[in-house]
Amino acid sequence: MEPIVQVQQVSFEYTHRENQPDLLALDGVSLEIQTGSFVAVLGHNGSGKSTLAKHINAILLPTQGKVLVGGMDTADESKLFDIRETAGMVFQNPDNQIVATVVEEDVAFAPENLGLPSEEIRRRVDYALQAVGMEEFKRNAPHLLSGGQKQRVAIAGVLAMAPQVIVLDEPTAMLDPGGRAEVMKTIRWLNREKGITILLITHHMDEAAQADRVVVMEDGHIIDDGDPRHIFSQVDKMHATGLGVPQTVEVLEALRQEGADVAIDALTVEECADRLISFLEG
Amino acid sequence: MLKDITIGQYFPVESPVHHLDSRTKLILSFAFIIFLFLAQGVAAYVLCAAGIAAVTLVSRIPFKMLLKSLKPIAFLAAFTALLNLLYTPGDVLWQWWIFKITSQGIERSIYMVVRIVMLIASTSLLTYTTSPVALTDAIETLFRPLNKIHLPVHEFAMMMTIALRFIPTLIEETEKIMNAQKARGADFESGNLLNRAKALVPVLVPLFVSAFRRADELSIAMECRLYRGGEGRTRLKQLKMGKNDGVAFAISILFFACVMIATRILP
Repeated sequence: MEPIVQVQQVSFEYTHRENQPDLLALDGVSLEIQTGSFVAVLGHNGSGKSTLAKHINAILLPTQGKVLVGGMDTADESKLFDIRETAGMVFQNPDNQIVATVVEEDVAFAPENLGLPSEEIRRRVDYALQAVGMEEFKRNAPHLLSGGQKQRVAIAGVLAMAPQVIVLDEPTAMLDPGGRAEVMKTIRWLNREKGITILLITHHMDEAAQADRVVVMEDGHIIDDGDPRHIFSQVDKMHATGLGVPQTVEVLEALRQEGADVAIDALTVEECADRLISFLEG
Repeated sequence: MLKDITIGQYFPVESPVHHLDSRTKLILSFAFIIFLFLAQGVAAYVLCAAGIAAVTLVSRIPFKMLLKSLKPIAFLAAFTALLNLLYTPGDVLWQWWIFKITSQGIERSIYMVVRIVMLIASTSLLTYTTSPVALTDAIETLFRPLNKIHLPVHEFAMMMTIALRFIPTLIEETEKIMNAQKARGADFESGNLLNRAKALVPVLVPLFVSAFRRADELSIAMECRLYRGGEGRTRLKQLKMGKNDGVAFAISILFFACVMIATRILP
């Protein structure tokens, strides 16, 4: 099957910035994302990860190279709305992406723009709110919800477009730990149960560890790409980029440094406990 | 302090008035205001007041709420009354220095106050019984014919919706900025009016900067959700006029007729 997103040798330069030199944010990046996969893009501020995300639904167009979404070139203006319908985008600040004063009216925004009949809009709104577990809040005012709830409403708003891919640009950066867990659970569920392709931009190791595949970015380049278990086992390499590894790996690595013969590829607390038990049992 | 500001003060209870189509309520409120200014004489005004009271009862809005909505205009009403009282020419009842009180002046100032009070009470009833979203929808549908002369009706309605959506967000933000400034020694509560206004400048500047940033992000988010103007856009909730709207129109027309008759026969 053809990858749903193909990024081919893309470079992007920010030019004409006020009092700042031009910046090459992406430098010959190539990436293919398979339909139905859950990919995390990990990197520091300024690594180019958000710039990459903005290329996938044509907010930014490559200075060089090509981005294909569902086979459509993002540079083709006549396909703009089809591309955005295929690849939805969720942003960092939930407050700045909610348009309406009532939750269900906000979720209805995208299907309304598509010009669907009102029964179909109603069906999609109910489906999307149920998928993110917010159906009981459908008549609430968004500003009275918690951060995690608002971000789930924002995800529902994208889901109501029925996209194949959802790109999330640091969706948990402004949330408390409870809200982060809610949002991550929703994302994983959408990927697993609804088969939606997820591209998660993040700088949290623990979030990246939940993906099927981790892409590590630095200075506009992809410096590593693979299974999270493999990526996070390279403790020294990850520390060298300044990103680090999940706490579970960190603990086991510290034990190994002390001479314990323990496997360090643990991405969840349960796995970490398993590794410790099998080490203790010899 | 800022939390007390309520705009679009919707009072959600179940009542026949709440269930009316928002266009019906908008048209009838507008008509009521026109008749309020056509009406003359004690009988007509008593009828109008009775009309407001009846709608308040049917819509289950507490009278206290209605009185609360009148508070902000108390000063305006008093000021209007005073001007009309002192500057209406006619039969002088009492005179001191340049001030003259005439019988016509007393009459006119009473009428003006009654009119203003009823004007505010009727528009408050509209906003108490109609959600801001429904009201915006009504304005958009009713003014749609103006599209023909290239007035951007949909865009105005969208701007109103977004403004209503961001009022609480910006109020919250203002409070955060004020607290941050207070923590660094800013004083918003003492000094004369000029000093207090000056103290607000360092609050307004970051607030504006952040509002522009929000607007920028919101516009990108709206484009990502396929917004392309009003053309071809459908709605989740279509406005529908029902039997009750017909009844409301019928009762109102009868009522307006009574007001006009009262004006003619019992001036």
